[in-house]
Amino acid sequence: MNISLFAARWNPYLAGALTGILAILSVAVTTIAIDKTMYLGASTTFVRAAGYVEQTVIPDNVATNEYLKKNSPKVDWQMMVVIGIFVGALISARLGRSAKLETVPPIWKERFGTSATLRGVGAFIGGMILMFGARLADGCPSGHGLSGNMQLAVSGLLALVFFMVGGIITAHLLYKK
Amino acid sequence: MDLFLGLVTGILFGFFLQKGEVLRFEKQVGFMLLKDMTIIKFMLTAVLVGMVGIYALNGFGVISLSIKSANVGALIIGGLLFGIGWAIAGFCPGTSVGALAEGRVHVIWAIAGMVVGAAIFAEAYPLLQRTVLTWGAYGKVTLPQVLGISPWLVIVVFIIVGLSAFRIFEKKGL
Repeated sequence: MNISLFAARWNPYLAGALTGILAILSVAVTTIAIDKTMYLGASTTFVRAAGYVEQTVIPDNVATNEYLKKNSPKVDWQMMVVIGIFVGALISARLGRSAKLETVPPIWKERFGTSATLRGVGAFIGGMILMFGARLADGCPSGHGLSGNMQLAVSGLLALVFFMVGGIITAHLLYKK
Repeated sequence: MDLFLGLVTGILFGFFLQKGEVLRFEKQVGFMLLKDMTIIKFMLTAVLVGMVGIYALNGFGVISLSIKSANVGALIIGGLLFGIGWAIAGFCPGTSVGALAEGRVHVIWAIAGMVVGAAIFAEAYPLLQRTVLTWGAYGKVTLPQVLGISPWLVIVVFIIVGLSAFRIFEKKGL
């Protein structure tokens, strides 16, 4: 098994196991060092990001909306995790020379053609729906899928099952010929 | 200090996600078409390793759990909506920023959509709080609590199920 930092890919079981260890260490270290127990997650950061955007155009709404007050626009631990994911993926892709410029992915191209505009519209609409769903479910594959299931949470298992059911049905309808 | 810890954790997480090849549209949609189990191998292994460590540390009293409420109605409707959007976008929130870093530039539209989706949810929140979020709200419960058994028994079952699934994936070359 190649686990060189310069390898283009690692076995997914290995990368997953290391992520499991990272999640455990993160929970332990944050508890000890900052007296807060932080579990991996990502989607709350997008609410804070929306708050930042709204502050520039409709600041009053950020001050009055209950959900934006609860998840106010600020840089917190989780937002740094999300920024870190970008940095970590960038380093990994550089070292492994595995970055690839992609405007339309192959599966999409086969079904909907080569238009980058159509792909952009699809990505945007999909992103909108999935984030609305993630906030309603109170988490995404990181917060529910990884962190929730590690804690054997009923919510984590239910969320992951319905993420998959929705995804599998939709993907078959969209991409299967 | 917490910002620094978040950044370090994120960098390692992003590194593992990229090396595991789970950031890609092809891998995410490949799973949803049941043709490629890469993202499940990654996620399930992380969960199996994580649950052992989390419950060991919790057992020794080093850490506490942080359980999200089992709002069954919101989890079903929100979960299904997430799945629908996930299939169209081909990325999830955590992987989207990493996908951008490895050159999948179309993900920028998915990220923009996610920010808009979060803003729409914030507007709908008061209404949802009175309706969907009250449907089947069972509180912050875990599987061992609901089943009335030791968490370690649940963990053993998960490990057996997980390893069986991995065997099938490898046998079928998924």
